[in-house]
Order: sequence, then C-alpha cells, then structure tokens
Amino acid sequence: MIRFTNLSLGYGDRTLIDNLTGEVAAGALTALVGRNGTGKSTLLRAIAGIGDYFGGSIELCGRDLRSLSAADLATTIAFVTTDKVRIANLRCRDVVGLGRAPYTNWIGRMQAQDEDIVNEALASVGMSDYADKTMDQMSDGECQRIMIARALAQQTPIILLDEPTAFLDMPNRYELCSLLSRLAHDEKKCILFSTHELDIALELCDAVALISPPQVHILPTDEMIRSGHIERLFTNGVVEFNPATKTVKVKG
Amino acid sequence: MRKNSTILFTLLALCVVVLFAADMCVGSVDITLRDIWAVITGGECDPITTKIIIDIRLTKALMAILAGAALSVSGLQMQTLFRNPLAGPYVLGVSSGASLGVALFILGAPLLGLGGSSLLSSFGVAGAAWIGAAAVLAMVAAVSRRIKDIMVILILGMMVGSAVSAIVQVLQYMSHEEALKSFVVWTMGSLGDVSTTQLLLIVPAVVAGLTIAVAVIKPLNLLLLGEPYARTMGLNIGRTRMLILLSTTLLAGTVTAFCGPIGFIGLAIPHLARTMFHNADHRILMPATALLGAVALLICDIVSKLLTLPVNTITALLGIPIVIWVVVRNKNIV
Repeated sequence: MIRFTNLSLGYGDRTLIDNLTGEVAAGALTALVGRNGTGKSTLLRAIAGIGDYFGGSIELCGRDLRSLSAADLATTIAFVTTDKVRIANLRCRDVVGLGRAPYTNWIGRMQAQDEDIVNEALASVGMSDYADKTMDQMSDGECQRIMIARALAQQTPIILLDEPTAFLDMPNRYELCSLLSRLAHDEKKCILFSTHELDIALELCDAVALISPPQVHILPTDEMIRSGHIERLFTNGVVEFNPATKTVKVKG
Repeated sequence: MRKNSTILFTLLALCVVVLFAADMCVGSVDITLRDIWAVITGGECDPITTKIIIDIRLTKALMAILAGAALSVSGLQMQTLFRNPLAGPYVLGVSSGASLGVALFILGAPLLGLGGSSLLSSFGVAGAAWIGAAAVLAMVAAVSRRIKDIMVILILGMMVGSAVSAIVQVLQYMSHEEALKSFVVWTMGSLGDVSTTQLLLIVPAVVAGLTIAVAVIKPLNLLLLGEPYARTMGLNIGRTRMLILLSTTLLAGTVTAFCGPIGFIGLAIPHLARTMFHNADHRILMPATALLGAVALLICDIVSKLLTLPVNTITALLGIPIVIWVVVRNKNIV
C-alpha cells in the first residue's frame, strides 16, 4: 500500500498538491482523477521515484520512498507511463521480459522461471497469442496490455498507471479497467491509475483519489459520490455532475 | 528465430574472414593468397612482398575491421540512448568534435611552437580527438535531456559540424604549409596511414570501448522503452549515460583520430543489423552490428583501393541510400 504524510509537490515554484495525508489500499483498484494540470502525473511520478517532491513523505509497503535503493524500488513498484513504445523488430515477449530486469543478471539472461512468469503475465492480460508479434504491428489497446503485462512480470506489490485508458475506444477502456480490477482483487495488488473517465472510475474502482487543488481526497467510491467533491470539481457553466446517475450531463 | 540468428552470425563471420583475405590481396601491387599463406606460415616469400603484407596490407585490413566495428557499435549506442534513428557519430557532430581536436593539435600546436616525436604526436592526435569527441557528446547529451525533439538534436549536430569547419578554416588560414598539408591529408580519411606502432594504441582503446559497450547491453535494452521505464526498472540512468558516452568517445574518437572522419558507417550499419536479424534486442544487435560494420568497411576499403578513391567517399556513397531508406520508411526503430 501507499501512505502519504504531509506530502507537498509541484514543479518549479508552483505547488500543486499541499499537505496530502492518506493512503491507497492494497488489494484494491484506485482511480486518480482531477482536472488538467492539477498534478496527476506529477504525483504518480513522485510515487514511482522518478519525480521529486517538496516535503512530507511517501511510504511504500511500510518503507520510506527516500530510503529505498533503485533496485529495491524496482521490486516494489511498477509504472506504466504514457510513453508510446512502438518499436519495429521489438517483440512483445521481449518487452514483457524486460519487466524481469530487476531479477536477471548483468546481461539480462532469462531463466526458465523468468520465462514462466512472462508467459503468465501475457496470459493474464489475454495477449499470449501476440507474444511473437512486434510492437509496431499492434493497436493502441494491445500495446497498453503488453505494457501492463510488463508491469505484472516485474512482480511488484504496487502498480501505477498514467492514463492507461487514453487513446482507447470505449469497449477497450472498460475491458482494461475490468482487467485492472481483477488483478487488484485476485493478486492483492495495490493499483493506482490516473484517468479522465469519471464514469469508469465510479463504476469499476474501489476507491477514488480526487485532486481538488491543492488538496487530495482519497475515499471509497460510494463515499466519494456522496461527498459532494465531484460536483464541486466537475461542474462548470456547461456541464454538471449528477450523483444519482453517477454521470456528467450538459446543463439543460 | 534463434536458429536463424546462429546461421546469420556464422555467415557474417565467414564474410569477415573471406573479405579480410581479399582486402589483403587487393592493392597497387598484386599479391596472391599463396604469398599471404607463406607469410603467415613462415614459408618462403619475396622479402618486399613480406614487408608489404605485414606493414601495409595486414595493418590496413585490421584497421578496416576495427574501425568498422567501432563506428557501427558507437552508432548503435547513440541511436538507442538518444532514441533517434538518425543518430550516429558523424551526424551528431562527434566526428566533427574529434576533427576540431585534431585540427587544434596539428595546426594549433606548431603555431605555439610545439612539436614532438612521432609517437608523442600519435598520442597527441588521439588525445585531442578524444577530448573533442567527448566535449561534443557531453553537449549533445546535456541538450537532449531538456529537448526531446529529435529534429532539434540533429540540427544542433549539423550546426556543431558547421561551426567546427569554420574554426578549422580559420586555423588553416593561419597555419604554415607543412602543418596544413598534414591536416588536409588527415581529413581525406584513410585506413592506410596507420602504422603498426599506432595499432598498439588503437587496439586497446577500441577493445576498451567495445568492452564497455558489451557491459551496457542490458541498460540499452531497458532504454528502448524510454528513460522513465528504464528508471522504474532499477536502471541508474546517470551512470549508464556516462558509460555510453565514454564508450562512444573511445570508439568514434579513436577511429576518427587515426583514419580521419569516416561518415555514414555508424549511422547506417545498425539499421542493416536490425533489418537483417529482425530483432531489437541488443544481445543480438551488438555483435551483429560489430560484424556487419567490419564487413562493410572491408568492402568499402576493397572498392576504394580498386578505384583509388578515399574510403570516406565510398562509405558515403554506400551509406547514403540506406539513410534515405530509413527516412522514407520512417518507422520507429529505436
């Protein structure tokens, strides 16, 4: 699980999130929502150890982030970024295999056990048949699944995803989030992903972390709907949020 | 797939051996395979022929293999590090940086009244080239951390190249005839001016560069996915970048110091290796690129001897079509 204590972060002189205290639970799928530019990616990058934060602390599975070595971090947290990996001649199996990097030797030799883990990861995202295809032959949705399989192969208790549903069509979005939900519940992983799909977040996630600058509210989904935070954040002159139907509608 | 790679590797190794022998036979004096065999086995042979084979042909053919492998492997590392299919020692201005170092040494040192023995000047040329190459690489690496646009980096490399040639022209204008002549000869690019003594400096430098390249195979594979991914998989990005820059400086800098600027090998060969082996894994690409580079430069050397042209004209003529093909196909290769 991830625990924040008095965390503040931002970029340059600008503070985006201030005094965040709360936790993201293990065995649950948590959505990170918020308007553009409110620090969703910045927060995820800070948790993943590739972005800095101003003050406070982040604890991963009971250990302070700043006390973890790069190697420890790589076995604690896996990150699926928004970077597109569409490289010709790079096979899906090899991409997923790179997830084993924290466990392999200096040249990255895969043992039989590593191969098994890669096969399992491919199977759990339903991409076993694509193992020998190259990354440039895949659709956006398929690529996203391969990158998730890579994160699974890393065998970490925590998985972060930065806007995994962007560029996906609607059925693919729901499918991907159901997959994440299943992984969180079945494999007891702590999964946190940022998204702009409010309806998906409210329907499929166990908890929602909502950035309402400079605060972050982390609540179970039902409580979040009742809390009124969503209406405040996602209502403007054009649209409003209806807690009863959990949807955003154009004002009539 | 693995079986195919083994066959390809065997074929490439065979090509290197055959072309190595062929390269020894071709030249202004006819030498037969029997003469070469006699020299190797210590049999009877004309003393002049023996001298040609050992002092000129063997050195030159060895240099072709070393330079081909060195330039190609440095190009492969740069393409992955900068995630840029058009990166290479020549394009990014590394060869220009080395040229500037050499120009400052050959043209600048006499202006300051410095001169030395030939071995000292070999070290000086190599050192100057290394410093020049490292300076340009460090600059390109610093800029590419802030600017992700590959076009900007390429334009920057071109600008460095132009700036360097301007500075070199100023130096040439101020220089004495003798220093000027030795510099112009150097810029022609030749594998044949390397002496056996110089090989004693080149071989360790290139071997060191290749050893580092082998040590960064796993980091290079991680970098295929981009820096954020590489870092979350436990890669020490700062150390990796330093090692890659050190390796490319040793490889491209050394070759440029002793053979002059040889273009397009470093840029084109990694692409040939990727296409030939249908692979992006550096465990395959690294040896494949080294072998293909050796084959390519041996071929270029044979052609250049047959047509009596400088070797960098041939590498350009053979390399440019490959570069155009990469640009036109415009796929994400790294």
